[in-house]
Amino acid sequence: MDGMHDLGGKQGFGPVRYTEDAPAFHAEWEVRANSLYVLAVRRGIFNMDEYRHAIERMEPRHYLTATYYERSLTSLATLLIEKKIVSHAELEQRAGGRFPLAAPSAPGRTNAAERERFEPGDRVRVRDDYVPGHVRMPGYIRGKTGVVVSESPTYPFPDAHAHAIAAEDEPTYDVRFRAEDLWPNSAEAALVHVGVFQSYLERAR
Amino acid sequence: MSNRDSVVYPTATPQQRVAAIQAALDAHGINASEAVEELDHLAQERWVPHNGARVVAKAWTDPAFRTRLLANGCAAVAELGITMPKHHRHLVVLENTATVQNVICCTQCSCTAFTVIGLPPDWYKDLEYRSRVVRESRTVLKEMGLDLPPEVEIRVWDTTADTRYMVLPVQPPQTFGWPEEKLAEIVTRDSMIGVSRL
Repeated sequence: MDGMHDLGGKQGFGPVRYTEDAPAFHAEWEVRANSLYVLAVRRGIFNMDEYRHAIERMEPRHYLTATYYERSLTSLATLLIEKKIVSHAELEQRAGGRFPLAAPSAPGRTNAAERERFEPGDRVRVRDDYVPGHVRMPGYIRGKTGVVVSESPTYPFPDAHAHAIAAEDEPTYDVRFRAEDLWPNSAEAALVHVGVFQSYLERAR
Repeated sequence: MSNRDSVVYPTATPQQRVAAIQAALDAHGINASEAVEELDHLAQERWVPHNGARVVAKAWTDPAFRTRLLANGCAAVAELGITMPKHHRHLVVLENTATVQNVICCTQCSCTAFTVIGLPPDWYKDLEYRSRVVRESRTVLKEMGLDLPPEVEIRVWDTTADTRYMVLPVQPPQTFGWPEEKLAEIVTRDSMIGVSRL
């Protein structure tokens, strides 16, 4: 989905709020939110792709105003309800107030029908795919051409894995793009490397 | 719940919502309260940048280890007793040089090799870093205090899959000959993310 989470290259954001030795957590509940979602993954209640997708499904106004760990706890609660482990009413009763959730999921998809093996140095193009469900292709590389640098071990295919759809594991390719090609006349010179699933790629002609 | 109810029924605080989830899991036989104490400890005491700092210090002092680290990060960090979650199947170590600065990010969420370089700092997870670092990397780094000369090439690595990255910083010349333990003390998390040089 072309969701609010897909921030790479979006313009208008201000300076990074950088401090040296910045903390990972700002409050005890943040530590606990992190532990609870890690526990759910370890217990096999949901996988990391389902977890990421439930964050992406948060309504944009909620997503942008929530802190990082509020997004975590929203994803966790949404998935626990969708998996019928708890009900929304029970969570709201226990919390003593409204408990906003992520929006329902749209369909996922399995691997691309035709996938090709690439070698370092191959020129590849990111397919012009638009999907309603989970995808790990950042929008800024859609349709763009880059060069394969390396191949990873195989991973579950996120577009399927986030939706409990059967699919083959597949490798990702580390593809090197030029920032000037990703945003012509509107980016600073740099090389941008993205881990791109095989199903998202075709050979550049 | 109708919209009218929501006006008079305020949203629970994040603290209340987290406590509600934990209590609900306990009530449904998941025994969360027992398990989360250990996970809280791992997150605050074990998944810390000092792990990665030990890796960097060893790579600086042991050329054979450096070669193994660059070839297979997961296997090399395991030699130092550092484990990675099952879904992190690949650790790519990015070697900085006098003319190359590698920088890692995650534009879609906030993925990191957290068992190696520590859980990500707040700014790494913020909208500003995630949106801007891929498109205006030199300006962003400069704003963060790293003003790179024009001849330094910037390579940004967006963590879009479950492959994880860490940056191997350049060893400061004044530290040549130091013992590994002392070297590990000077390696910062931010240098392993690539937004600072040592």
